[in-house]
Amino acid sequence: MTEKTLTRMDLSEAVFREVGLSRNESAQLVESVLNHMSDALVRGEQVKISSFGTFSVRDKSARVGRNPKTGEEVPIQPRRVLTFRPSHLMKDRVADGNRS
Amino acid sequence: MIRSELIQKIADENPHLYQRDVERIVNTVFEEVTGAMAKGDRVELRGFGAFSVKKRDSRTGRNPRTGETVYVEEKHVPFFKTGKLLRDRLNGKA
Repeated sequence: MTEKTLTRMDLSEAVFREVGLSRNESAQLVESVLNHMSDALVRGEQVKISSFGTFSVRDKSARVGRNPKTGEEVPIQPRRVLTFRPSHLMKDRVADGNRS
Repeated sequence: MIRSELIQKIADENPHLYQRDVERIVNTVFEEVTGAMAKGDRVELRGFGAFSVKKRDSRTGRNPRTGETVYVEEKHVPFFKTGKLLRDRLNGKA
């Protein structure tokens, strides 16, 4: 399996091919998609994309962590983390596509 | 926020585009990500996060209802890691 890494450029190239917009505008639209999703998440909203998956923000409470190298105890502040739950469709496509 | 709301926001910002083209644009973005992972590729979107595929080894599981032992085959699952900028923004640091 030759693993590739796609970036924003590949996504805007796909948009460019799919809809007859300029490369520049395609790139801006990809950016808008990511920005709107990020902004909603920062506001604490869930972002639910049908047949893709759900991004949700969870609150983690404070805990005592440990530096694994030194064994030293360090306080970890309460924080917000983002979790992504893939849809069944995505899970199935990823599982089927990577079957050995 | 759901897919249709995301499409609406982008349509509102781009009055020169047809609604159906905005739909195609948004759908293409998500389709590219899923399609890449189905091929075993990664998608790295700096500042937002990275989508990748993780391998789960085969294991012997147990049906929690019956207690019966079942063999679970090796499989690949989608994984998302939040980008640094978004993680900081979620915590009011950027």
